[in-house]
Amino acid sequence: MRRYLVRQLVQLVVVILGISILAFSILHIIGDPVTLLLPQNAGKEEYARYKHLMGLDQPIWVQYWKFASSAIRGDFGKSWYGNAPAFHLVIDRMPPTIYLTLAGLGVALMISLPLGVLAALKRHSMVDTLCTLLAVAGQAMPIFWLGIMLIIIFAVRLRLLPASGYGTWQNFVMPAFCLGAFLAPLTMRLVRSGLIEVMNMEFIKTARAKGLGERIVVVKHAFRNACIPVVTVLGLQFGQLLGGAFITETVFAWPGVATLTVDSIRNQDFPVVQCAVVLLALIIVIVNALVDVLVGFIDPRIRAGA
Amino acid sequence: MAVGPSATVTAAGLQAPTAQDAAGAAWRRLGRLKWGVGGAVVFLVIVLSAVFAPVISPHDPLSVDIRHRMAPPAWMDGGTREHLLGTDQIGRDLLSRVIWGGRVSLLVGVTAVLLSATIGVLLGLTAGYFAGGADWSIMTVINVMLTFPFVLLALAVIAVLGPSVPNMIVVLGITGWPVYARVIRAETFALRERDFVVAARALGMSHARIIFGQILPNLISPIVVVATLQIAQVIILESFLSFLGLGVQPPTPAWGNMLGEGRVYMLNSWWIAAFPGLAIFVTTLVLNLMGNGLRDWLDPHMKL
Repeated sequence: MRRYLVRQLVQLVVVILGISILAFSILHIIGDPVTLLLPQNAGKEEYARYKHLMGLDQPIWVQYWKFASSAIRGDFGKSWYGNAPAFHLVIDRMPPTIYLTLAGLGVALMISLPLGVLAALKRHSMVDTLCTLLAVAGQAMPIFWLGIMLIIIFAVRLRLLPASGYGTWQNFVMPAFCLGAFLAPLTMRLVRSGLIEVMNMEFIKTARAKGLGERIVVVKHAFRNACIPVVTVLGLQFGQLLGGAFITETVFAWPGVATLTVDSIRNQDFPVVQCAVVLLALIIVIVNALVDVLVGFIDPRIRAGA
Repeated sequence: MAVGPSATVTAAGLQAPTAQDAAGAAWRRLGRLKWGVGGAVVFLVIVLSAVFAPVISPHDPLSVDIRHRMAPPAWMDGGTREHLLGTDQIGRDLLSRVIWGGRVSLLVGVTAVLLSATIGVLLGLTAGYFAGGADWSIMTVINVMLTFPFVLLALAVIAVLGPSVPNMIVVLGITGWPVYARVIRAETFALRERDFVVAARALGMSHARIIFGQILPNLISPIVVVATLQIAQVIILESFLSFLGLGVQPPTPAWGNMLGEGRVYMLNSWWIAAFPGLAIFVTTLVLNLMGNGLRDWLDPHMKL
């Protein structure tokens, strides 16, 4: 177990290092911060002066070191637009994003667990076909369009739910459903295929041979084992889930990190963009690592194997 | 398979498959594939309508007609046969704009996928074939990039580069390669120990000849399947960027920016946002059906 944890930790550090390099190079190698910051009619002298002022005439690794060492302390510089520390701006917007992500995950599980189990137990039946159709359609659905259609139907036409805003449970309904619909197809397919695989295994036959009721066989023996791939893949998909939350936020004007990032991109406020990118990636990496450890804890075979 | 009645009982006493069974299996196979075939047909129609947009679209997608703005679709009260899907906020014909909008989405989708498939396949082959240090470094990069939500990465790069169609193709192409690299690496790993590769090595073939002459031809199926499914993903992402105003810039019609513009008018004129979105949905749906069908057809055991 200890060796497993150490290996996970090393991997974590390498990935975080990679992310910091990626975030740094987006601004410093692909773009040029000085031209982005200065007005377009600025002269060459001003350009050179600014470059020196910002320390951008130093070698690239010195710049990276400066960026990384302050980023570790949570210092991503001041917002070029709002004059507040970028870190605080991003952290303030974090809770709505996290709540939305969790709500979306909840909705996805509520849809996909029952449907996935039903489809697996009644293979090749009408229910199974219907679930497959739903999954294929759901995967093709652009969620920003789904969100707008939901707003048109439930907010504009029926006047049942608020079109945007944040604070009450009504505000959560449409965004959470939108995000849930994004994640549900994949989860449902995983539950279905996982359960089908487990149901064919020897220990299920043993359980049946012992004379256990079908309900207990499915719930206690099969479902628990089928959960392992579901948890693993959901953990790995956490980045996608956050990406989905990102898209959902922009549709419903949700006051989270995504709307902040998109606004910052429009304002060319790069310290905020950089900070948001690094923090979101960090959350994803940590969740992934936790899921890995958790799965290794549940299933000793994985610890020994990989 | 032509098997006579005398062959139905084999030495082992088992029933050999009869011609009837074989035909039945072929039909069942085709039956399973009917969704894929249907998807391919619809996709072909979409591609043709995009290619021949100048010929088939009823109006100029850019011609403004303020007097007939926000006209509803033909089947609603106040709709005219002149504008089947209605008009947008400045009176441009929606049907024509949806037809023209497909051009940008398909162009971006296909070129970005070609770019990312090329990068991904080359890196996947390298990692899978040489293993060791090359594999470790490529896998690390893949892991870092797959950790990032695709959307976030694309947005961050577009923010620095500025929105335009070529920039978007480059961004979506460069951020998309890890998907291919991971699949190709796993397949290459399995292939490199196979007899024909070992034999090629024993014959003294160069690494390049083994990789491109012996291994790559065996990987065409997974590449085609992944690429088909990825076009759908890229089209959704392109539309999202355009929807945010960070992709294709107006007045050029693209499904994403039409959806973004239509959002403002959804209170009174739902059709402006609904039809471009429907076009995205149908296109990605048929691409997914086609990709799944291709997978079942080429290799039902492929794990993707």
